[in-house]
Amino acid sequence: MDAKRQNFSSAIERIKKMLGGGKIRLMEVCGTHTVAISRAGLRQLLKPDVELLSGPGCPVCVTPASDIAKVLWLAEQGITIATFGDMMKVPVDGRSLFHLKARGSDVRIVYSPIEAVDIAESLADGEVVFVGVGFETTAPAIAGAIVDAKDRKLKNFSVFASMKTIPTPLDIICRSPQIGVDGFILPGHVSAIIGSKPYRFIAEKYDKPGVITGFEPEDIVDGVFRLAKMISNGTAGIEVSYSRVVRPDGNVAAKRLMEEIFELCDSEWRGLGILQNSGLKIREEYSDFDADYRFKIPEFPDAKDNPACQCDKVILGLLKPNQCPLFGTECIPTNPQGPCMISSEGACAAYYKYGE
Amino acid sequence: MCLAIPGKIVEIDGTNAIIDYGGIRKKASILVMPDAAVGDMVIVHAGFVISKIDEKEAQKTLSVFRTIDEIR
Repeated sequence: MDAKRQNFSSAIERIKKMLGGGKIRLMEVCGTHTVAISRAGLRQLLKPDVELLSGPGCPVCVTPASDIAKVLWLAEQGITIATFGDMMKVPVDGRSLFHLKARGSDVRIVYSPIEAVDIAESLADGEVVFVGVGFETTAPAIAGAIVDAKDRKLKNFSVFASMKTIPTPLDIICRSPQIGVDGFILPGHVSAIIGSKPYRFIAEKYDKPGVITGFEPEDIVDGVFRLAKMISNGTAGIEVSYSRVVRPDGNVAAKRLMEEIFELCDSEWRGLGILQNSGLKIREEYSDFDADYRFKIPEFPDAKDNPACQCDKVILGLLKPNQCPLFGTECIPTNPQGPCMISSEGACAAYYKYGE
Repeated sequence: MCLAIPGKIVEIDGTNAIIDYGGIRKKASILVMPDAAVGDMVIVHAGFVISKIDEKEAQKTLSVFRTIDEIR
């Protein structure tokens, strides 16, 4: 056993010793954490003393069917769709962007929203819509693309705004005795933007601890250690373990840019319904870049997922991926039935890939 | 989706920077990290530099298991 592994095991032993046989349930709310935990096998190493749950931390997973239906509608109008790859396979009523692309719609995968602006510039005529899903980590990049399109004086670029803010659903989770979370492994890169202050209510209002955590296995063990310590001592605070990247105030320039382009709005989350002030929409001054405004997108209140899909419960930690009857049989990465198996950072995809 | 990758800034031109990810070089925007400078280690998400890596804090993290030892 090498030194690193030995340190790792002894750290986990120490966490268990500190809990003295007590069991705690911790939730992470970031798809990158979901994958990092599965890849390092931390769930197995920490159980049964520490149970690690995945919360609503994957933007693709929390985007409701009605929003996906709107994007499909845009693609069918002959509009070029630029999207992060994870959105391609999300099915609504049996169809996805992937299906529409196969049938001739112009759907392109981009790594950065700026690439979508480049596509718009390269098209002499024709509209480009960027599918704006993501949390606070991604929202500044989407705002930056709007600024860029404005600077380039483009009239054919807009964003379908379906961005969400992380702290709001945490409030709902804190209040749910059914979910029963003792503490939160808080998202490292969302926090690089928003800082640590927006999470204070978790400790102050609900008396639960939270630790902003990085993505290396050692980071996550440190996050769990700090949470276990606070829980054992009966204290609750918001600590930053990922201090090499996260400042207490976050990224002030990014927050200012988001504030300039976006405003808070009520937003629908898969599994949680409509949450007040939990989404970001494009301000009226920038409505030329708002796909909803430009194309008068109809509402799709009846858009449906596969009715057997349990992603809505998986997102809240009410059901473990492997407790879903479709998991690993009808629902696999090559034939996914719901967003948690589609997104590479979905809880179901992570459980499947790493054999949990 | 909030995956972000560490790299080093090797060139800056206005708000555009070239980031070196251990040999692979790609463009990224420093629009929301206006005081970024050549030589900075940064975190990049979706083509945007979102944070600088603080070297002192990174050193502290490296000793995280020692800290856990001490707290015991």
